[in-house]
Amino acid sequence: MAHLNIDKKLVEVARESARIIARQVKQEVSGFTTTTVERATLRLFGIDGVNAEGIPLANIIVEHLAERGILGKGVTYPLLHAMDQYKMTAQQVAESVSQGLLDISATTGGDKTRLKELAMLLGGEACQKIRAKREERESMISRLGRGQAPYLYLIVATGNIYEDIEQAIVAARQGADIIAVIRTTGQSLLDYVPYGATTVGFGGTYATQENFRLMRQALDQVGEEVGKYIHLTNYCSGLCMPEIAVMGAMERLDMMLNDSMYGIIFRDINMGRTFIDQFFSRMVNAYAGIIINTGEDNYLTTADAYDKAYTVLASQFINEQFALLSGLKEEQIGLGHAFEINPDMEDGFLWELTHAQLVRQVFPNSPIKYMPPTKYMTGNIFKGQTQNALFNVASVLTGQTIHLLGMLTEAIHTPFLQDRFLSVENAQYVFNTMKHLGEEIEFKANGRIHSRANQVLIEAAEMLKEIEAMGLMGAIKQGMFADISRKPEGGKGFAEVIAKDEDYFNPFIGLMLGGTGNGNK
Amino acid sequence: METSKVKVRPYGDTMDDGAVQLSFTLPLELDELSFEAARTLGEQMGLTDVGVAYSRNMGQGFSFFVVYGKYTGSVDISKITVTKVECKKMKKEEVDQFISEEFARKLTFLGACIESDAHTVGIDAIMNMKGYNGHKGLESYHEINAYNLGAQVSSEELVAKAIELKADALLVSQIVTQKNVHLANLTRLVDILEAEGLREKIILVMGGPRITHELAKELGYDAGFGPNTYAEDVASFIVQEMKRREMK
Repeated sequence: MAHLNIDKKLVEVARESARIIARQVKQEVSGFTTTTVERATLRLFGIDGVNAEGIPLANIIVEHLAERGILGKGVTYPLLHAMDQYKMTAQQVAESVSQGLLDISATTGGDKTRLKELAMLLGGEACQKIRAKREERESMISRLGRGQAPYLYLIVATGNIYEDIEQAIVAARQGADIIAVIRTTGQSLLDYVPYGATTVGFGGTYATQENFRLMRQALDQVGEEVGKYIHLTNYCSGLCMPEIAVMGAMERLDMMLNDSMYGIIFRDINMGRTFIDQFFSRMVNAYAGIIINTGEDNYLTTADAYDKAYTVLASQFINEQFALLSGLKEEQIGLGHAFEINPDMEDGFLWELTHAQLVRQVFPNSPIKYMPPTKYMTGNIFKGQTQNALFNVASVLTGQTIHLLGMLTEAIHTPFLQDRFLSVENAQYVFNTMKHLGEEIEFKANGRIHSRANQVLIEAAEMLKEIEAMGLMGAIKQGMFADISRKPEGGKGFAEVIAKDEDYFNPFIGLMLGGTGNGNK
Repeated sequence: METSKVKVRPYGDTMDDGAVQLSFTLPLELDELSFEAARTLGEQMGLTDVGVAYSRNMGQGFSFFVVYGKYTGSVDISKITVTKVECKKMKKEEVDQFISEEFARKLTFLGACIESDAHTVGIDAIMNMKGYNGHKGLESYHEINAYNLGAQVSSEELVAKAIELKADALLVSQIVTQKNVHLANLTRLVDILEAEGLREKIILVMGGPRITHELAKELGYDAGFGPNTYAEDVASFIVQEMKRREMK
């Protein structure tokens, strides 16, 4: 493949800075849990469903414990003590609490050793179910095979899961390898996960476990028909990251949008909350064999794609280190970037190629997620199709992995059926006609592309050094990412960050981090 | 070319040929029948010489068509009225100068993507220092205190902030217009401003790719800005409107 001569030592220096940065943050938040981490834990123990008012039982239990001031112990002891004492399932306990028949806060005095053993046993069973889903995926892929990278990633966003399914089936037949169901606008700020199949959303569809299941079933069917495994993607982001990770693990999603800083910067979610939630959610993703997609592309739609290219690289280093801490393997870390340079810029395509190749080389084992132009899409659908064609060229030339298809009608409306068709046709044409072009190309030594690549690398390494000195939370406060500044004590969800008691216990951290082969470092 | 022409029709390669191109999907498998259905549809739209240039089966009972035809009617432009933002367009420096001459203080503008909308690309282009396409954003104006509150700001939050900062103008962005969700969001804000007795004391403008000035007026806003709007366009309107309304 085309290759850049970049300073490998500097890559290692940058990576080391990111490692220190991620560890600092992990250290800072290690004494805290959040309401959604606890709700995710309840879901892992088998609690599901809603009460008559539509409030999830997981939320009711967590509220129940929070009101009584004992959430700092975690949900595990009170739940298991009640299960043990009354010989109930987790679901029965949840229903009894919901109906006001049971107070589980008074039951914290049980035999800790016995409860711990029970937690490890039941937790192990939950993990076994997730492992079975992972094995099911692996066996389907080995039987059916999958598409060829760059994998074509298509979005459905009708708001109605049944309509989404129709569109997803057509997309798969047209050549999609990955289907992403966009979430309804606003879900990231809901502090609960809606329940059941849903048909009303704006700009997307609610992420619910039932919607996951329905779409999974449909994609498995169409996968059999087209003779390849079709991957399913959703959003593990916002205020319920850990719970959505659990739901996705149970319903065999294959990819999850999951960024270490996106919620902080773009949704004004509290920093501590985000870092705690992303750690737990990534741990579940890791265990379930899910590939995460990070969100660096978003920086470039806000800040300038050329001037701030180094912030993307710096963030990718940080995302990588957080991911490794959660037990994700390099092969599961789909680092994001985007083709967003102003089309009027002279030699802009050269810099797009440079950035794409640089990311590819700095993270050689990670599946890179490449996002199409959106910021400079205008409504001129004809020029839009050309912009997307150039994006497709950059992708195939530099060997990107997860290729989100650009839509010629971007900036006008959510894609029509025909827009997807034209987009797949565009990509298939470019990928086929240029299939081995990357192998035939060498970048001129000391040429423009080399000098740009090294410049971006140097700037990223400098930025990481600076962040290392002030800490990541300080850097975000200073607006070092996407030109947006957030305060450590500000943002949504801060009140739901809970200090852990000394006897806090959660079996899944040990069970899951131990089970990914990457260890709890 | 005749410049005084009042009756116009689309132009392909000859004056008054009425040539138009369409592309659409039909929920039918591609066959002779659906092909003819596409052509007939063109005729029913009022086109003549309708030809299907391209057709393709897309699976799952859908097919795609590119259709050409000629429109023999015309539009009388002398009978059309357009609602547009009426103000003198000023450059950044001129806006700053206008403010320092007309108002004895800096002005305060708040920008936000309100309610469900999470897409800040538009409000960022207008508010943020860097602006868009070489046009600096309002944060770079010396005489304006510009605050970009970002995405998913509730109307209550925006109004509270407006009171706290004594805002002169609110700039509201709505990108997502699927199922007309923007109408509900935009109306909600006006209702709250009116309930708080603030509507008359503040310049209220909206922007977005599907926003028109006409829609803005209908919903009780002072102005609406669509695509190809830059920070100076919005600022020009606001400062002149403030002067017109004798706001101090």
